[in-house]
Amino acid sequence: MQALTNRISQVSRKPMSLWERLYLPAIFKGMMITFSHIFKKKPTINYPEKKRPFSPVFRGLQILNRDEEGRENCTACGLCAVACPAEAITMEAAERQPGEEHLYREEKYAAKYEINMLRCIFCGLCEEACPKDAIYLSETFTPADYQRKQFIYNKSELLIPHPKENPEEYKKALGNRPVKAEVK
Amino acid sequence: MLLCGLCMKQNNMADEIKTFKVTIDNITIDVAPGTTILNAARKIGGDVTPPAMCYYSKLEGSGGKCRTCLVEVAAGSTADPRPMPKLVASCRTTVMDGMVVKNMTSEKVTDARNGVVEFLLINHPLDCPICDQAGECHLQDLGYEHGKEGTRYKFARRTFVKEDIGPYIQLHMTRCILCYRCTYVADQITDKRIHGVVDRGDHAAISTYISKAISNDFSGNMIDVCPVGALTDKTFRFKNRVWFTKPVDAHRNCENPKCCGKATLWLRGDEVFRVTARKDEWGEVQSFDGKTGWICNTCRFDKKKTSDWTIDGLTTISRHSVIGTNKYKTLTVPEETVQKVMHGLNPKLIMDIHSVSEVNNQDIHLSNLNRPAQAADFSKSGQHASVSRETNPGVKQLKDEK
Repeated sequence: MQALTNRISQVSRKPMSLWERLYLPAIFKGMMITFSHIFKKKPTINYPEKKRPFSPVFRGLQILNRDEEGRENCTACGLCAVACPAEAITMEAAERQPGEEHLYREEKYAAKYEINMLRCIFCGLCEEACPKDAIYLSETFTPADYQRKQFIYNKSELLIPHPKENPEEYKKALGNRPVKAEVK
Repeated sequence: MLLCGLCMKQNNMADEIKTFKVTIDNITIDVAPGTTILNAARKIGGDVTPPAMCYYSKLEGSGGKCRTCLVEVAAGSTADPRPMPKLVASCRTTVMDGMVVKNMTSEKVTDARNGVVEFLLINHPLDCPICDQAGECHLQDLGYEHGKEGTRYKFARRTFVKEDIGPYIQLHMTRCILCYRCTYVADQITDKRIHGVVDRGDHAAISTYISKAISNDFSGNMIDVCPVGALTDKTFRFKNRVWFTKPVDAHRNCENPKCCGKATLWLRGDEVFRVTARKDEWGEVQSFDGKTGWICNTCRFDKKKTSDWTIDGLTTISRHSVIGTNKYKTLTVPEETVQKVMHGLNPKLIMDIHSVSEVNNQDIHLSNLNRPAQAADFSKSGQHASVSRETNPGVKQLKDEK
């Protein structure tokens, strides 16, 4: 039969030589390779204790952003939801009441905001669609869980820590991303 | 030239019904004398038609204010084939026999229209993410087609003191482009006009006299004619984005003889979130049997139950519209076959999304609210088996990481 590729190699069926039949030399050869690896650079790290830096284009768990005064950026415009190819994002909008100006930046805000992490494919289109710099993909993984219902992330999980009440965690969550300039 | 036009008109009357031949973007069409260039172009349809922000064919006297419909007249008529020296507003200029008009084929027109759009957007806020009109806004479409990406305007935008004009209509004066359509609606459709445009120039604003509420019947049609988000439905305010709702054509026997009773319902599930008049391809209220299909305020604001209406079918949405992203292709729900195949057994759900999700709660009916939703309206979901998030080890780990 004609070979489909030129990478074909025939299996040799000839009987083993005496050297090969001795068995031990081959064992020592293999052991030497194993031994030599002790002195080579380790390609792995001890994961939970040590972590690798993320690539600047890494797309991880979503975060809902706040502005420098701690007000939520999201106005529930629905552009992330309409851009989402996996239809993972849902929200309910509400009107800001007098006295809530320190909580929400615009007169409309997302009263409920949910991302179904079972559906999310981390494509980053929500971040791209957002006109308010309200959602971006952070440098964290979605943690594993035993129950499906734990993967419906709501605002309490997605919101970034308050920049004034919790400045250290806010900075950590913000990561090393350059902040998108908002169109005004 | 005017005299010549008058002579021709008289001659025409003497003859039988004579039509004028007019060429718009190399397409020739016969129209009745007295037709405007814009309406002649609308008869051809498609890209030939100039956009219009203030002209509304169903409102007498509208047009001539926004200048978006400017066209170039390359030849005035057969009798006088000289071109018109300046671009003309096509909604206000009537056709002449042998007129040659250039709209999309003229560079001058495109350039002028880009300028007009830039002027319209000078004071218009870029708050489309909050605006309820987004997705069906004519200024948004116009800006998308003709606008610049950035703004050259360096000064503070015009702002107004917020005014409450009643329980049904939300006024956002900053978004207004002063097309005057709403005042024509009030003059021609409602029994009495309570609002108008006050002040002049940059300060000109739609207002009522000493904050009177606009509540007279048929005033809701102001919302439909508004090309921008200056007048929006307060009962629909912030409830949902237009492109997530399901538009269906429906009708009811309205007691009001002036009301046509044919409307478009904007649904979520079986809930009526908003009622509007039916729109035609130009974004204007449709005509039925020669009568414009205005709807009364009762139909628009008070009939928010599906049982009030007879549903005719899905509304046809232009394929260029973002509303098409709602993905509703049919009204019939696919039949559940699992029970049949499994000999009457119900499918075992791995997770019922409604037991976990707080969005689209089946127990909360936003259509019953006559005002925008508030945070408290969503927190009534106490019966939910809410998941204790803190016990989740994964989330804890995540929070530590942050």
